[in-house]
Amino acid sequence: MRAVTSPLGFDRASAHPAASAAPQRVALARIFLLESYSEFLRLLRAPAFAVPTLAFPLMFYVLFGVLLGSPHASAESARRALASFVVLGTMAPGLFALGIALAIDRERGLLDLKRALPMPRGLYLAAKLSMSMLFAAIVSILLMTIAAAAAGVVLALAQWCLLFVLAVLGVLPFCAIGLLIGALAKASAAPAIANLIYLPMSFLSGLWVPLQFLPHALAALAPLWPSWHLVQLAFAIVGAGDTAGAPGHLLVLGGVAVACAAAARRALSRPR
Amino acid sequence: MQSNVPTAASLTDVVKRYGANTALDHVSLDIEPGKVTALLGPNGAGKTTAISLLLGLAAADAGRVEVLGGTPHALAVRRRVGVMLQSAALPDTLRVGELLRLVCAYYPQPRPLGEVAALAGLGTLLRTPYARLSGGQQRRVQFALAICGNPQLLFLDEPTTGLDLEAREALWQVVRELTAGGCAILLTTHYLEEAEALAQRVAVLVRGRIVSAGTVDEIRGGGVQRRIHCVSTLAAEEVRAWSGVTAATRADRRLEIETAAAEHVVRRLLAADPALSELEVRRTGLAEAFVRITREAA
Repeated sequence: MRAVTSPLGFDRASAHPAASAAPQRVALARIFLLESYSEFLRLLRAPAFAVPTLAFPLMFYVLFGVLLGSPHASAESARRALASFVVLGTMAPGLFALGIALAIDRERGLLDLKRALPMPRGLYLAAKLSMSMLFAAIVSILLMTIAAAAAGVVLALAQWCLLFVLAVLGVLPFCAIGLLIGALAKASAAPAIANLIYLPMSFLSGLWVPLQFLPHALAALAPLWPSWHLVQLAFAIVGAGDTAGAPGHLLVLGGVAVACAAAARRALSRPR
Repeated sequence: MQSNVPTAASLTDVVKRYGANTALDHVSLDIEPGKVTALLGPNGAGKTTAISLLLGLAAADAGRVEVLGGTPHALAVRRRVGVMLQSAALPDTLRVGELLRLVCAYYPQPRPLGEVAALAGLGTLLRTPYARLSGGQQRRVQFALAICGNPQLLFLDEPTTGLDLEAREALWQVVRELTAGGCAILLTTHYLEEAEALAQRVAVLVRGRIVSAGTVDEIRGGGVQRRIHCVSTLAAEEVRAWSGVTAATRADRRLEIETAAAEHVVRRLLAADPALSELEVRRTGLAEAFVRITREAA
């Protein structure tokens, strides 16, 4: 007969957690926090994500908004520049964190492993969303600090707060686009696709160069891009645009988020 | 087989198709507690598909998939299951300890982190990023993640690919401890000596069908066949005519004889050729049986 307790310390009771009377308790909050923390470390340690997400908006804002900004520029154009770069910083985390990481996880089998492991499925996504929001929060705070300290931007406290909230929540439609990229693209193609969406879309939305300097035909297409709608909201918050269009812009952004998320969900749950 | 043996997981008459290709064709398989069940088969036979169904990663087109009395999708079921997939690249930049802590949190009664690390031989690597590990070390991390939740049912898909001999022995030892504790294990492997060393039950899958299933001895053919090797001048034709000899062949100076009566044949060999040398008697293993079974099924 076999010894019940082995040298390695296994015994029948410990090998049968469910057979014992103790209730099965798993702290979902703990899983969420650990999952988010892992995602945070993973993103921070990956230059392909950290550089475009954290460094680019700050670098370009310092370059175009502060150093190359015309000394005769109006206070309004300084506020518009801040709003534009906050939106630029909001676009990247969702597109890159979800687009690239999900494509890699899917292709290399990690998504399958996570599905087989007892992790509640929604938490995988929730952790990625929360980390994208955190990165957007960090970038927007840094941009606003530079704006107040070096670019002479003056806003009311409520305006700073609203701009921050816009940056954090504005991540969501771009997360949905990223999700769709991650659900469909090959891992090797995902970074290129994310960049091909990020750079032209931000340019065509007037984030780099005001729309009036673009060819008229291109400027007329601007309402097609979700980033244009987001920056109109940002302009309204900093007092450099009208607030009347806000419900329409919110509607478009919400629609993009829902449509892309639904398409991605469909692609990911396709029977295999 | 007794019908009242409780099964930890089972496939019953399962069919799975991918387009025109039938990956599993009316497959039935039982995985019993306290035993290692080895699922063997050539590449593309459907082993990974079978595991995917049992893990709830794919859905069967027909038949029944039952895991720990429930469906494989159920979270309560998955909390009692451990899994090591054949290919799952973990996040490169995370450290071993970070990965273990995360997966331990998924389970209601995980093993202590130190114990998991010791069992998988990762004690000194907890602070090393996953990408800096060798292939064998990465495999050990994946094994650690599979056992960290104290599972009642464990899936090991090619667990020792890339492991050195020492690490393989250590993993085998843990597998034996787990089954001794009542854990049910489904093992797929390309190494037949691994199945022979670990498994109590074997199922051979060829082109989506179970062509042979039973205990290791049953698969091996009762364990009666022996193979005798020696250097001898005796003619193969002469030996083939002896009673009890099923086959005899010559390769250069060496004679190879298959028989069910090894003692009798060896005695006769030594009497017939006093100059005989390099005598060796081996039980024919699972490897020979596997080759025969898959050839017959093809």
